[in-house]
Amino acid sequence: MDKVLMKGNEAIAEAAIRANCKHFFGYPITPQTEISAYMAKMMPKVGGVFLQAESEIAAINMVYGAAGAGVRAMTSSSSPGISLKAEGISYIAGADLPCVIVNIVRAGPGLGGILPAQSDYFQATKGCGHGDYKMIVLSPASIQEIVDCTTSAFDLADKYRMPVMILGDAMLGQMMEPIDFPDVLANDFCEKEWATTGTKMKRKRNVINSLYIDPEELELLIKARYEKYYNIEQTETRYEAENIDDAEVVLVAYGTTARIAKAAMKTARADGMKVGLIRPITLWPFPSSIIAQTAKTAKAIISVEMSMGQMVEDIRLAVNGVCPVNFYGRTGGMIPTPAEVIGEIRRVI
Amino acid sequence: MKTIFERPKSLSNVTLHYCPGCTHGIIHRLIAEVIDDLGIEGRTIGIAPVGCAVFAYNYFECDMQEAAHGRAPAVATGIKRANPDNIVFTYQGDGDLAAIGTAETVHAAARGENITIIFVNNATYGMTGGQLAPTSLVGQVTQTSPYGRKVEMQGYPIRISEMLATLDGPSFIKRCSVDTVKNINDAKSAIKKAFQNQIDKKGFSLIEVLSTCPTNWGLSPIESLEWLRNNMIPVYPLGTFKDIGGGATDE
Repeated sequence: MDKVLMKGNEAIAEAAIRANCKHFFGYPITPQTEISAYMAKMMPKVGGVFLQAESEIAAINMVYGAAGAGVRAMTSSSSPGISLKAEGISYIAGADLPCVIVNIVRAGPGLGGILPAQSDYFQATKGCGHGDYKMIVLSPASIQEIVDCTTSAFDLADKYRMPVMILGDAMLGQMMEPIDFPDVLANDFCEKEWATTGTKMKRKRNVINSLYIDPEELELLIKARYEKYYNIEQTETRYEAENIDDAEVVLVAYGTTARIAKAAMKTARADGMKVGLIRPITLWPFPSSIIAQTAKTAKAIISVEMSMGQMVEDIRLAVNGVCPVNFYGRTGGMIPTPAEVIGEIRRVI
Repeated sequence: MKTIFERPKSLSNVTLHYCPGCTHGIIHRLIAEVIDDLGIEGRTIGIAPVGCAVFAYNYFECDMQEAAHGRAPAVATGIKRANPDNIVFTYQGDGDLAAIGTAETVHAAARGENITIIFVNNATYGMTGGQLAPTSLVGQVTQTSPYGRKVEMQGYPIRISEMLATLDGPSFIKRCSVDTVKNINDAKSAIKKAFQNQIDKKGFSLIEVLSTCPTNWGLSPIESLEWLRNNMIPVYPLGTFKDIGGGATDE
């Protein structure tokens, strides 16, 4: 297929439909409303369901119902809306249901602002709602990668029966880039024998539930879920590393900020500074191993974020004191410039 | 020997956890009988609420989903939109449906979502020990209205059936009671019609069932039935508030 020029939000919607997601439940919020608008236009043409819910809370619970009923389901929102969905996400994790949640992050806290931010990193990677659980969190850095991440988000959700979040930001949601949609058919052949599709009088009833009154039973269930999480950490961690072998300073950045860090790295290299970049693609599982390994050879690591410093905590855990970990960030919808990042590199070198 | 009374096939063969004298058990049985009568157990999906009926997913012999507090109509919407030929019902109490889940209730009704809601109104939060509910009566003493519900403090009870009947979306809305044999029979007819409407794709049906809570009302089961008759029915009159689909409610 020829390349098409598409906005990030629309690319998510189109990629989801191509991944055979035919059930989308949304609620308008800037800067992700194009996802709903695209779904509203396209779902009737592909025999799918677009429903504008009465609230973010209702939308995520519609996803809970549809996912429980065995179909690929998705919702999308931006930061304040994800806070509202946190309840439902916890129930989805507790009931082991597969679904995809998109967060096109804007600045917070509260209503915050509508410009790009990465200040929902904690919310995305540390569970979001109440209880012991994880979501797989994918953080694309280009519109093409948005397409790839959306496709694999549904596969990962089905494979591990858990919620998967695509964490973008207002920049990625709003900008346009040329993309290729994969020609492959959606890999949606996962048998969901646990789904509430009606017994047809042929099997015992299925129950979708997260309530366990017996603490021993609940602890065993959560521990089994954490074994699954451990397995995911071993097999599904994704990152991109560039120029790290000889690097004195290694930048760690994801999403939009990774592109800025990359530009800073190129300029710094041209100026003779040995700078590398690690770009986490999965924020959970976090690429701790490569960061720990890099800490042994680098003089310093700098986390570059559009926040007051959230991912930097995971970097420090991975580095475990082996080398200094610095932080450079802008927040509130402000975007760091390559020059600012180079300034920080110079301070460290 | 001829069997003249037995457990409905759609009611699980387990001991219900409800308190002695509580009418949840009767309402469960009516739903199970209706599912049996209509022969839809193989394509019915029930949604359990949060509240006294939280374990309802253990009591019906069909696929079940447990919903977060108040979210059952949204969960039902997702299930129904995923598989429109399945029959989807929610079972919700007054705190679940008329307080924390008011938005989900009103909008599922406004959409005319083709689902069936069984709304059990006992004017209190039973599971948590008898607190003020959106449907508690003026003057009613509860754990969180120990001096009685005062309108200047807690306002007035919500009449859900009347309120939803003002919307264009719903097809069938009726308030029933299970305090007498006659009313139990009427409630079964209404529940059956609410399921039949869904089979016939007539849209949203809600049956409000006035129910007792002897434990939290501090009354015996018999006294509770009298309290329901003397205090609840005057505020929550029985009857049909909307029926655009037509058809009989009698068997």
